[in-house]
Amino acid sequence: MSHYELDVRRMLCPLPVIRSQDRVEQLQPGDTLAVTCSDPGAKHDIPAWCRVNGHEMLSIEEQQDEIIIKIRVGDTD
Amino acid sequence: MTEPRKAVALISGGLDSLLAARVMQEQGIHVEGINFFTGFCVEGHTHAIRKKDSAKPKRNNALWVAEQLGIKLHIVDIIDEYKDVVINPKHGYGANLNPCLDCKIFMVQKAKEWIEANGFDFIITGEVIGQRPKSQRKDTMPVIAIESGAEDRLLRPLCAKNLPPTLPELEGWIDREKLYDFAGRSRKPQMALASKFGFEEYAQPAGGCCFLTDAKYSQKLADLWKARGTRKYEFDDIMLLKVGRHIRPRPNFKLIIGREDGENKFLEGYRKQFTHLFTTSHNGPLVLLDGEASEEDLQLAAEVTARFSQGRSADQVDVEIHPLNADARTLSVKPIGGSAIPAGWYL
Repeated sequence: MSHYELDVRRMLCPLPVIRSQDRVEQLQPGDTLAVTCSDPGAKHDIPAWCRVNGHEMLSIEEQQDEIIIKIRVGDTD
Repeated sequence: MTEPRKAVALISGGLDSLLAARVMQEQGIHVEGINFFTGFCVEGHTHAIRKKDSAKPKRNNALWVAEQLGIKLHIVDIIDEYKDVVINPKHGYGANLNPCLDCKIFMVQKAKEWIEANGFDFIITGEVIGQRPKSQRKDTMPVIAIESGAEDRLLRPLCAKNLPPTLPELEGWIDREKLYDFAGRSRKPQMALASKFGFEEYAQPAGGCCFLTDAKYSQKLADLWKARGTRKYEFDDIMLLKVGRHIRPRPNFKLIIGREDGENKFLEGYRKQFTHLFTTSHNGPLVLLDGEASEEDLQLAAEVTARFSQGRSADQVDVEIHPLNADARTLSVKPIGGSAIPAGWYL
């Protein structure tokens, strides 16, 4: 299990979702990914994307204008 | 037990694709969704930029539809490849710069590549004959199937009975009798089917999901091409066309003026890429200057910037100018009068 980080600040939805999706595709089940976003839309879209595609939302942290969304990669096959 | 046949559904987030996918699920087909991001999608961006829209729900409709259906959704970034569709549409444009038929062909072609790479059997769309004047007509349905290369692996469950049988029907993977024969612009059959399936809430029906169908947006894109002397664009260009008030005082430059805090904040992200101006003696917008500007042009840009600040009635307003490749400086200007801005400057 490894931890990874992804910076999608300044990107507007759905790009934060697309970049997260593309990164997760390269990871293994159980790995975690922390996505740093600035678009508040990501607070809704990334959790929805996780639910739909079988990944686990671990936390959403807001720091001033930044949002850090942590997810655990699911076993989706 | 044999594995179910697998279909990928083009999910726009609207009602038709939701229903088409559910019709297939009812027949035991394993469905996953695919959604394409062209850069021109209305959803998301504008709400995210404008502060006044911050209370509006920011739901991504394609993800919401996937959740209602209980299917996976694959969102594909086609921003770069899509440029050729917008710039050189073989079948031409609709009322504005919307290349709807070429767009549909391109998306089905991408879906075909996807099913081949992922071991899926066929493609479904929510198209209905006669629903849209440009792309969803009886004569365009075979054009999409043929030119995309999907051919008989493209099934439209909502109007399949009005079309020749496709491979999934001929092979008996699905029962043609349980497909539909919707036609025309009426939304009633779709609403009745939504009710039958228990879908009470869904995004507004077909249309309005692409900026290229918008007359004002298309006018701004056409202006951009004309000013640059070439029909090309980058992703940042098409994003900026969605934001602010666009004014072209001279053929060689235009101004993008933030209309509120959310837009100003968004434009701030582009300060390193553009000459920009803002007022320092009064509250006012951030203004990006797109193009090449002479000293005289910068003076005019400063006067326009002052006009859209809270100092619009003042005798003198201080405007800080940050040229792209020179030191910042401040000009004290009299704001240009509202009547001195010809209507033709507004894009």
